Amino acid sequence: MVSNVKDNRPVNLDIGTMRLPITAWASITHRATGVALFVGMAVLLWLLDRSLSGAEGFASVQQCLDSFIAKLIIWGVVSALIYHSLAGIKHLVMDFGVGETMEGGVLGARIVIAASAVLILIAGAWIW
Amino acid sequence: MVRSVTSFGRSGLSDWLVQRVSGVILLAYFLYIGAALIGGVDYLAWREMFASTGMRVFTLLALLSLAAHAWIGMWAVSTDYMTERLMGPKGNVLRIAFQIACSLVIFVYVIWGIQILWG
Ligand code: HEM
Ligand code: HEM
Repeated sequence: MVSNVKDNRPVNLDIGTMRLPITAWASITHRATGVALFVGMAVLLWLLDRSLSGAEGFASVQQCLDSFIAKLIIWGVVSALIYHSLAGIKHLVMDFGVGETMEGGVLGARIVIAASAVLILIAGAWIW
Repeated sequence: MVRSVTSFGRSGLSDWLVQRVSGVILLAYFLYIGAALIGGVDYLAWREMFASTGMRVFTLLALLSLAAHAWIGMWAVSTDYMTERLMGPKGNVLRIAFQIACSLVIFVYVIWGIQILWG
């Protein structure tokens, strides 16, 4: 078998000892939100299942979503989706070679964080 | 040791591309659902929406994209942290166990989704 991942990948930086720049925060948050979404999909599938199970199920979902905790959880999943999507789009833009400089990376990270914050607040206002 | 046998397409370049295509499909799907919800739906409209063939195909596509995207993504995360370098030999055991757990969850998501659509 040909392995194309090196058995021992090179480790260039020990990031545990560094102060992380904004680009690193943007990146680790993309990762954290990706993992959160993986779990969050269970919540969304559950809601979809109940809401399509019949008029009663749909009403029970609506009723449940009146509760504060349920709103909070939905807001959390939606927020993760917003951030992960914007950072994902940034990945695509950079894959096309746009903004690959140091300044471009910092600017991209700032745009993603700022735009996410705005959209997350709007989503929160909409949910409540 | 982290070997590529457990990666999605057995190649980094293929995984990279699948990650992007599946991401865009998921984004399109969530935007569509989001637009419908913001527009406001009652039970009948909601049921009708998911009864159409187009929406069922779109939902199935999103589910399969989620399966590929989540596998590649969770694989990347697990092969970064659950390694021999960071954890010693038990890193290998933990990583494989984690990957098996992820694949089970993905399997459940896909089957569950199909059941919601056609059950
Ligand atoms: C996002 C996932 C969910 C979370 C976090 C959640 C959480 C909660 C919480 C904390 C309550 C207590 C609310 C209160 O006492 O005011 C509640 C009530 C309730 N939940 Fe959920 N739930 C979720 C999904 C669902 C689903 C899918 C159903 C569908 C069957 C459901 C049905 C109900 C019902 C019928 C109530 C009682 C509502 C009431 O009496 O006001 N929940 N939920
Ligand atoms: C909704 C379910 C989704 C889940 C569960 C999910 C999960 C993940 C995970 C776990 C990763 C790995 C992160 C890492 O290696 O650091 C990832 C990467 C990625 N996600 Fe998602 N994601 C979802 C939706 C999306 C959407 C809507 C987009 C929009 C474009 C997207 C774009 C990306 C991209 C481009 C990457 C690759 C980043 C890289 O190459 O480092 N994802 N996703």
